[in-house]
Amino acid sequence: MLRRPATSTQITHLQRLWLYILCGLVLFYLVVPTLLVIPMSFSGSRFLSFPPETWSLRWYRAYFDSVEWRAATSVSLQAAAWTTVVATVTGTLAAYGLHCSRLKITKHLSVLLVLPMIIPVILLAVGVFMLFAPLQLNSSLTGLVLSHSALAIPLVLITVTAGMRNFDLNQEQVARSLGASRPRAFVTVTLPQIRNSVLSAALLSFVVSLDEVVIALLIAGGDMATLPRRMFLALRDEIDPTIASISTILILLSILLLGLSQLLDRKRSK
Amino acid sequence: MTSGPLRSDGMGGAAALPITISNIRKNYGSFRALDNVSLDIRSGEFLTLLGPSGSGKTTLLMVLSGFVRPDSGSVRFAEREVVLLPPHKRDIGMVFQNYALFPHMTVAGNLAYPLKLRHVHRAEIEARVEKALDLVQLGGLGARGVDELSGGQRQRVALARAVIFEPRILLMDEPLSALDKNLREQMQLEVRRLHDRLGMTTVYVTHDQREALTMSDRIAVLDKGRIQQVDPPQALYERPKTHFVADFIGESFSLPVTVNDGGATLFDQALHLPRKIAGSEPYFLVLRPEKLTLLPNSVDGEAGVNVIKGQVRQSVFHGDSVMIYVAVRDAHEIALRIPLRGNVVLPQPGEHVRLGYGIEDTIVVPAAEQAGGER
Repeated sequence: MLRRPATSTQITHLQRLWLYILCGLVLFYLVVPTLLVIPMSFSGSRFLSFPPETWSLRWYRAYFDSVEWRAATSVSLQAAAWTTVVATVTGTLAAYGLHCSRLKITKHLSVLLVLPMIIPVILLAVGVFMLFAPLQLNSSLTGLVLSHSALAIPLVLITVTAGMRNFDLNQEQVARSLGASRPRAFVTVTLPQIRNSVLSAALLSFVVSLDEVVIALLIAGGDMATLPRRMFLALRDEIDPTIASISTILILLSILLLGLSQLLDRKRSK
Repeated sequence: MTSGPLRSDGMGGAAALPITISNIRKNYGSFRALDNVSLDIRSGEFLTLLGPSGSGKTTLLMVLSGFVRPDSGSVRFAEREVVLLPPHKRDIGMVFQNYALFPHMTVAGNLAYPLKLRHVHRAEIEARVEKALDLVQLGGLGARGVDELSGGQRQRVALARAVIFEPRILLMDEPLSALDKNLREQMQLEVRRLHDRLGMTTVYVTHDQREALTMSDRIAVLDKGRIQQVDPPQALYERPKTHFVADFIGESFSLPVTVNDGGATLFDQALHLPRKIAGSEPYFLVLRPEKLTLLPNSVDGEAGVNVIKGQVRQSVFHGDSVMIYVAVRDAHEIALRIPLRGNVVLPQPGEHVRLGYGIEDTIVVPAAEQAGGER
């Protein structure tokens, strides 16, 4: 470690020590609560406890053996998959349309589209519940996917719009002059160049849906209970260590998806 | 060589189509981008749309390409009405100012793109890409990425991509303006050679009058959404029809003249004119620096020339020539260019001089906007 400046203008690591400590603390508080759940999931005790006194895989077994947990997982994965499709397609098209359009109204439109991200989810959930009741969409996969898409579309819109900013629309004009119809020009020229932001947006949509609990609490009853809803209820009613094992699995899944999107980012910047 | 390598295996039939533009109007809100524009472009011609920014030249090109739909009017390629046809069905090549190469494809991929859209066989695509690369002197660079190319090379790829499918019409929107001066001048000649070799009808947009003079068969000068004049470069330069055209093309200095009975008077002095003038609006005498000659002070009243007197203000060295700025009646300024050849005696500032210009070089034009071009 450099204790004294090698040149008169250099700042040494020692002078910067406070910065490193601050960063370390921030990271610690961000990450540790998430990681705490991992050792807890391998506990042998009947209650959630830290640190665990005995070790076992019983809570993983409990999760995989339970019909209810498996059903909830299946609902969550289906909802997440469909939300990814719906939100990514709609959001990308919206981003494209808003980017191309020269109308003055586009600014207001994009604010409107981002609204679901800004207003408190609980308000959205109540609204969605009221809207879905007469349409009989409560406790249906369609209803879940629609409401989750409303949450995910703003993220898609923002991500894809950012990706589109570096794209030169002239290229699409060239493609069209060379004989491509507009949809074809989009698919062969525009999409490949914004591909990574679209994929990142898709990953985000998936995670948003998988993670969503507030709307699910209100509208996803009965057979359509999602994983987060069941976890929340399980946590409230009984302190069931199965939650720890599910959380661990979800954390691993999230890290995997995050790593994937990081990889895409690196490719994009290349 | 009349048929280039791209043509030899190609479509057969005419290599070019004539374009007939009739009564095109396009408004953006209250702004008249194109105000009743009509223009006949001949088959195989290199025509340049020249004008300042906002003159409507790019809008007119976009109407030809199909990206802008005019409010009214007609565009025909040969006999076929195309004004409602979308761009991808027009079969035109197009080159943009910023190249707009596809960065996610190699050079060869860029060139193959229009051919793939036309379902050309893979083997033939390869052969034609090779030929097109040779045509623009980029042979062997097909596997390169687009971002590995220099500006000039990119422009060549864009050019090759626009002609590889043998369109009968090629549109170019200021394709060279991003290049530095030397490269631009070199590319001007190359683009013109490519046109001559492939023989398609080319419509070229630029705001650079020198570029237009260098490359074109004919130039259409646009201003405020109207065509002011369409003529070959030399005719445009030597016989401009309006003050705008005279001012925009080449270097010139203007003096106000009064017109009556078909004759023109400059400061109480009747001018010898090549032909009579119709009309009585405000007119200008346009003087080009290289058309003026220094007359000896002793002789008075020479036959066959118009004479103008003034006092030398300043002389500016240009390497191969000297520009002498001359004050006329204090309020006006004109200039003459004297080539530096042999022993030239240059007039000094403050000296009184007599300048002569031939009757054929006596350009008297109405002030801008009075008489439009072809309408």
